[in-house]
Amino acid sequence: MSNKMNHNMNNTEQVKRSLKKRHRQERRFILLGKLSVMTGFLFLAFLLADISIKAWPAFQQSWIQLDVTFDAQNLGVEAPADEAALKKGNYRGVLKQSLYAMFPEVSARRDKKALFKLISSGAEYQIRDTLLAAPEMLGTTQQTWVLADDDVDSFLKEEKMRELQQDDRRIKDNQVAWLDQLSEQGRIESKWNWAFLTSGDSREPEQAGIAGALRGTMLTILVVLAMSFPLGLAAAVYLEEFAPQNRWTDLIEINVNNLAAVPSIVFGLLGLAVFISFFGVPRSAPLVGGMVLTLMTLPTIIIASRASLKSVPPSIRDAALALGASKVQTVFQHVVPLAMPGILTGTIIGMAQALGETAPLLMIGMVAFIVDIPQGITDSATVLPVQIYLWADSPERAFMAKTSAAIIVLLLFLVTMNLLAVVLRKRFERKW
Amino acid sequence: MTQVAEAPDIHQTIKETVGSPFTHKPKLSTRNVDVFYDDKQAIFDVSLDIGNHEVIALIGPSGCGKSTYLRCLNRMNDTIPSCSVTGEFRLDEEDIYAKEMDPVLLRARIGMVFQKPNPFPKSIYDNVAYGPKLHGLAGNRAELDEIVVSSLQKAGLYEEVKDRLNASGTGLSGGQQQRLCIARTIAVSPEVILMDEPASALDPIATATIEELIDELRQNYTIVIVTHSMQQAARVSQRTAYFHLGKLVEVGDTNQVFTNPQHQLTENYITGRFG
Repeated sequence: MSNKMNHNMNNTEQVKRSLKKRHRQERRFILLGKLSVMTGFLFLAFLLADISIKAWPAFQQSWIQLDVTFDAQNLGVEAPADEAALKKGNYRGVLKQSLYAMFPEVSARRDKKALFKLISSGAEYQIRDTLLAAPEMLGTTQQTWVLADDDVDSFLKEEKMRELQQDDRRIKDNQVAWLDQLSEQGRIESKWNWAFLTSGDSREPEQAGIAGALRGTMLTILVVLAMSFPLGLAAAVYLEEFAPQNRWTDLIEINVNNLAAVPSIVFGLLGLAVFISFFGVPRSAPLVGGMVLTLMTLPTIIIASRASLKSVPPSIRDAALALGASKVQTVFQHVVPLAMPGILTGTIIGMAQALGETAPLLMIGMVAFIVDIPQGITDSATVLPVQIYLWADSPERAFMAKTSAAIIVLLLFLVTMNLLAVVLRKRFERKW
Repeated sequence: MTQVAEAPDIHQTIKETVGSPFTHKPKLSTRNVDVFYDDKQAIFDVSLDIGNHEVIALIGPSGCGKSTYLRCLNRMNDTIPSCSVTGEFRLDEEDIYAKEMDPVLLRARIGMVFQKPNPFPKSIYDNVAYGPKLHGLAGNRAELDEIVVSSLQKAGLYEEVKDRLNASGTGLSGGQQQRLCIARTIAVSPEVILMDEPASALDPIATATIEELIDELRQNYTIVIVTHSMQQAARVSQRTAYFHLGKLVEVGDTNQVFTNPQHQLTENYITGRFG
């Protein structure tokens, strides 16, 4: 009896001793877990902060105010000119004359050239549009804001540029002096850069905007959604609910899983060979881009949808079948609606993948330099990730900021899509 | 329930069914039924008649094939690819497994209630209305309302849920859910109701309610009930069939089977020596 009690006491002691170790293990694991979460979070925060800081200049744009004299003679038009004539005017000349008039001391040909370089090459179109909007300005002098050149813009945004040697910067000392002069007169201003969000791509960073790529992305994603959702859903429902279990369906299943792991550039090559070369779909267009991305996204959607269908309890199928519902009625009135939140999640994941994809689109010509904003799915277009790739590759300093800004737009696009998905999913769940 | 252990000594003791498996003018009749899951035989040569407006209880130890047999009656085993059924099944002289018999029509005539309550994740009203809508049994909304209300009344659930017909069916208690499933089955006006251990997931009070309900339903329906509980079989059924390792050992009036079993295996089971 006492022996047994002793034994029990020993047991308790033993457990107590091991408890300490076990608790320590638990604490260690929790600490490790917290550390890894924090590491991930820190990286994310660092990334976002870095991109935001780099992107900020892209949302600001320097403007220079000029006294533009819309002189009919300089323009090369007859005084009461119609619109067609005004369109053909020599605005570059007008701009030059206006600028030289503001700096009468500049006389050397080289200096004049340097002076003219302060303003954007797009400025002549700006003042043309100003005049076309109000033709009565012909013959008058107007104070007009024009875009500064991207080098000027970069120089004005970065204080430390001034301290560099003249040879180390793109803005020379005489240009700095003119800029200071303009600045004193209040003729230089930094404005919110709406053009970045409303205009297409350009070789000149100060005129380049994201609108073309944004529209291209939207059109491409719409094509992907319109094609991959019905295709993926139909394939998943058939494979999961109707297909007989045999060697063929096993083979298909293995292949679908393999396709999900195929590098995306291979899909691009396939799209080039099949859609463009064989079927003659217009290249560089959101249509063919969407088709290629659909190929890439389908396996993801099919796999996620099948998993979601599989998780619907068999008792629901039994219930519907036992009431005399046919197979199709059972599947579409009970199983698919119950699986819908999961199917939507899978689709959104697939969409997000497609949204960030660059490689396959390079293969089908969506990497071209396209200024016009695409109006339809057959127009030439580019997409956000490709635009980022293009800008990141450009030598002009101002494009660095544009790259970061484009990344922010892409991330915002993604977040919006995910939010939409969450809202949609909630809606579907509430219905039941 | 799909696993049947080979036990030759016992198979030899079950030469043929004892008791009275056949009745005059049966609602359902089955002859020489064999069921296989792939190569495994789950049911051996079962012949049994089920009379009109009677409650017949299928009892037996786990894995004896009673649920498998039940699911053959409304062809629910069709959904299991590995399952093959042979033998003769007749509902009012019509061949259940005939080519021209549509399983959809068959299941409208032979309803089923499952072991675990499985209401659709929809409103109570929609749960009951689903079957009638599916088969076009109601011409308009008023008729549908009537079917829903009367089905819920027959299932003894109406008083409890009449104020919240639009609440979700899955929000009810277990016993209420099972009665909702019974109401859903009744709403299609079947001739036969199959019940696969309908009370095994319920507490004793809910079980008592379901048993009372089964007794009332006998007026209008033929009921085949699989149960693990011998007391339940004794309480609700008029006839009892005892299955053992895929064979039908004994059939008879419930009173007689429980008080004076003819077969040694039946006696062993009901006296609690195994099962």
